[in-house]
Amino acid sequence: MPDLLLEFFSEEIPARMQARAADDLKKMVTDRLVAAGLTYEGARAFATPRRLALTVQGVPARAPDLKEERKGPKVGAPEQAIAGFLRAAGLTSIDQAKVQADKKGDFYIAITEKAGQPALDLLAVMIPEIVRGFPWPKSMRWGAKSAQPGSLSWVRPLHSIIATFGPETEEPVVVPFDLDGIKGGDVTRGHRFLAPGAITVRRFDDYVAKLEQAKVVLDASRRMDIIRADAKNLAFAQGYELVEDEGLLVEVAGLVEWPVVLMGEFDQSFLAIPGEVIRSTIRTNQKCFVLRDPQTAKLVNKFILVANIEATDGGKAVVAGNERVIRARLSDAKFFYETDLKTKLEARLPKFSQIVFHEKLGTQEERIARIVALAGQLAPLVNADVAKAERAAQLCKADLLTEVVGEFPELQGLMGKYYAEAQGEDEAVAHACEDHYRPKGPDDLVPADPVSIAVALADKIDTLVGFWAIDEKPTGSKDPYALRRAALGLIRIVIDNQLRLPLRRQLWRHFGYVERDEALAVAFAMLHPLHDQIVNISATDIDLAMKLEVLVDARARVAANPKLVQAHSYVKPTLDLLSFFADRLKVQLREQGARHDLVDAVFALEGQDDLLMVVRRVEALGKFLDSDDGKNLLAGVKRASNILRIEEKKDGKSYNGSVDARLLDATEEKSLASAVATAKSEASAAVAKEDFGAAMTALAKLRPFVDAFFDKVTVNADDKSVRANRLTLLNEIREATRAVADFSRIEG
Amino acid sequence: MANATSSAPEQGSLDPTRSFQGLILALQQYWADQGCVILQPYDMEVGAGTFHPATTLRALGPKPWNAAYVQPSRRPKDGRYGENPNRLQHYYQFQVILKPSPPDLQQLYLNSLKVIGIDSALHDIRFVEDDWESPTLGAWGLGWECWCDGMEVSQFTYFQQVAGVECAPVAGELTYGLERLAMYVQGVDRVYDLNFNGRDDDKKVTYGDVFLQAEKEYSRHNFEHSDSDMLFKQFSMAEAACQKYLDAGYSADKSQHLMALPAYDQCIKASHVFNLLDARGVISVTERQSYILRVRELAKACGAAWLKTEAGGAGH
Repeated sequence: MPDLLLEFFSEEIPARMQARAADDLKKMVTDRLVAAGLTYEGARAFATPRRLALTVQGVPARAPDLKEERKGPKVGAPEQAIAGFLRAAGLTSIDQAKVQADKKGDFYIAITEKAGQPALDLLAVMIPEIVRGFPWPKSMRWGAKSAQPGSLSWVRPLHSIIATFGPETEEPVVVPFDLDGIKGGDVTRGHRFLAPGAITVRRFDDYVAKLEQAKVVLDASRRMDIIRADAKNLAFAQGYELVEDEGLLVEVAGLVEWPVVLMGEFDQSFLAIPGEVIRSTIRTNQKCFVLRDPQTAKLVNKFILVANIEATDGGKAVVAGNERVIRARLSDAKFFYETDLKTKLEARLPKFSQIVFHEKLGTQEERIARIVALAGQLAPLVNADVAKAERAAQLCKADLLTEVVGEFPELQGLMGKYYAEAQGEDEAVAHACEDHYRPKGPDDLVPADPVSIAVALADKIDTLVGFWAIDEKPTGSKDPYALRRAALGLIRIVIDNQLRLPLRRQLWRHFGYVERDEALAVAFAMLHPLHDQIVNISATDIDLAMKLEVLVDARARVAANPKLVQAHSYVKPTLDLLSFFADRLKVQLREQGARHDLVDAVFALEGQDDLLMVVRRVEALGKFLDSDDGKNLLAGVKRASNILRIEEKKDGKSYNGSVDARLLDATEEKSLASAVATAKSEASAAVAKEDFGAAMTALAKLRPFVDAFFDKVTVNADDKSVRANRLTLLNEIREATRAVADFSRIEG
Repeated sequence: MANATSSAPEQGSLDPTRSFQGLILALQQYWADQGCVILQPYDMEVGAGTFHPATTLRALGPKPWNAAYVQPSRRPKDGRYGENPNRLQHYYQFQVILKPSPPDLQQLYLNSLKVIGIDSALHDIRFVEDDWESPTLGAWGLGWECWCDGMEVSQFTYFQQVAGVECAPVAGELTYGLERLAMYVQGVDRVYDLNFNGRDDDKKVTYGDVFLQAEKEYSRHNFEHSDSDMLFKQFSMAEAACQKYLDAGYSADKSQHLMALPAYDQCIKASHVFNLLDARGVISVTERQSYILRVRELAKACGAAWLKTEAGGAGH
């Protein structure tokens, strides 16, 4: 069967767009082929700086014939209806239609056979459509034709298109089309400098081979392999090690058609600059790799560059040129670094009063003040020194105003650490300047030092509460302030460090800091110690103001504050933010393999804001349900719950009173009642001690009693009061298990 | 001249790899050979060669236009008191504009490098993505930074929009950073050490001889002493004058404009005054955006007016 070869030859395609464009090309062509009934055997797409190519193997030479049936009017239908049917079906006489019968009688049916179109014709239509609809992130017009509306656009000027089609055994044909003057053809060009001549190709095999001869490596992954291998070898030969950088490798492979790896060097004295700054300078500005000494892991004064030519002097001029540019760049970096060192971090802080963090959330100065306050509050909860946590919070953003971070934003935090160290800050404070941003992604380290933890938590809570306060929550795929990452970061810090954090209280309290209102701040301060009580008062309570005043008055003995109700109103966004954390935690636990229904079962209990305890409960529950006792108890509890649900619905009431011992009759019933009472108190006691394993064991003891009860006792007894009492007993089972989770949420 | 004989042409002094002026002359010659009109710099302070009406305005409308010129460019913020080896508040750009963009523009550009001594068999020349945008001119285009052995030596742009107007046809714009290129081909690390006239010994004039004092003086002026009150007034005056000339230039039925160029001069003026105020640090972050928008509005209005002039293709 024939193969298709396509190549779009253009001026230099941005490196970052190449891989995506190759995928898009493949998808666009193969989707259309399949839609036209042309099932193919295989397809591969490629990209270089100057070309986008696709090979599709095993495309049928023509699309399958199509048989179309069109149902018409009933036999004997009015003339007009028949005429309309003939027109629509493309028939000239009703004799050409068949007659078929169904339940309603005989009707006409037209069967038309459409011969499948030759693939070549379909391609000739398809290819121009693809060019015109290609989803480049940004495309452009060019040349004289751009004076006309609707002229061609492409990522950069498109010069020629190869489009050949044919079986392996025959001479392929060129797909005929004319796209604004660019015709389907079989000619391309080689490397811009090394082999600029025209090349005529037939199909994919000779295309790849001829390109290779013309100094073009078509496959980006092969270019990457060449660069990686040559760079490693070159480094190894001199006793160095390549600092691998996959992102840079991908980019560099998109900048060359014929990679030539060379090594250059810079003056030793630049090694006084932090290694990360050298690397950023060389990487970001020059797209070169750095090398290190395998023994010390420190950078050496060498770099690897990837040229696009085999220079006639063996690359001497290319290396010399790159060395000069890197020398100039490193001189700048060194100057920036040394300039930065002359100013203490705290001396930079006043400038933050001029810098807006977010229009609705005030300046950076205000944000830092909040982080300082919050880090100070959190410090005792995470065993951090309060003064150090506050100092670190004060300094942690100061490096944003340094020259080096201005030049290389990706070094934020790290430079803060270096500058803090240089000015003699405490080690924990210096590390917090870097680590408070962590974890920056799923693979990043989680801060472990208490001072870093306090600042990292404060930074994240401030961000989340701030954006919640102004209602800028993530929606769908949109999360411009990376709030999901912040929430997940906080969760990981809490779990990995086994921290106990009353999250709801902290979040609610912080809304009071985010709002810039003094009277409101006072109200928050008054209500803070009463937090657990106020969250249980409904916002719609008509006596809300009075209740809050009474609470405050009784405790604090101070005059009522008119902003109490407003402060209370932040309970709602607090709970909303808490459920955002719950969702993140669910995602996280699910990714680690926990059953999502167990997570739901634990979150269904009220007031779960201690993330560590939630995780412990889920773990204990998972273990328990893996055991036979667990499985059977679950079955029993579910059975009890189901009966209850049905009966409660029937009776229109719930059975959550206490069991009347006098009405207990059957032996199994009596022993269950006492077992439930024991299990409930044991489980509650264990939960209070946070020993969820023991709580599960206590519940497990219920199993034989539950089984025996269902075996021998009829719940729906004739005696109404006995029945009610038995239902109440079932409810007690349910309640006992609620000490650890809502079993009704568990599947299975 | 006291000693006329010593001023006789010296062999090789205009070699583009040896003198700054030789480099300029070689580029001018090359682009003249390609059929460009060789213009002289625009006689106003501008931030880049693009501001020259030969680019901004001529890029608009249907008429073909090929031009090349040197444009002294002022970026007050980039002054470093003559202490930085690469940064200048005043430097030269060599600007080429070809409308419509010819199909072999990349090759024409590469040939021009050859003329100034950059051989593509020896040097690694690369077209690296760089989308160009000028917020003050309401202009954008796609193209590249052209790298020579890792150094950016030119900007290459296909204009898509200028002064808020779609380019039809598209023009190709090349901008050579002359000092950088000269430093590269002369093998010099400090801009002030560039050989300007290609002579040796006591006859040699360096870039520093010509411009170092100016860099120091203008840095002082731009950062410390420029008269902000006056500049704020000048900005408003230029803005008002631009509007005034634009209004006055339209024919009664608005089908023609007769004063697009004088109006555009005031737009250029406003833009440079804004750059001076910005360098002086008297424009806050929030105000900055609004100043840029004000200049852009002027540029857009000038572009619209230009399209109603003869060279803008009115009546075609």
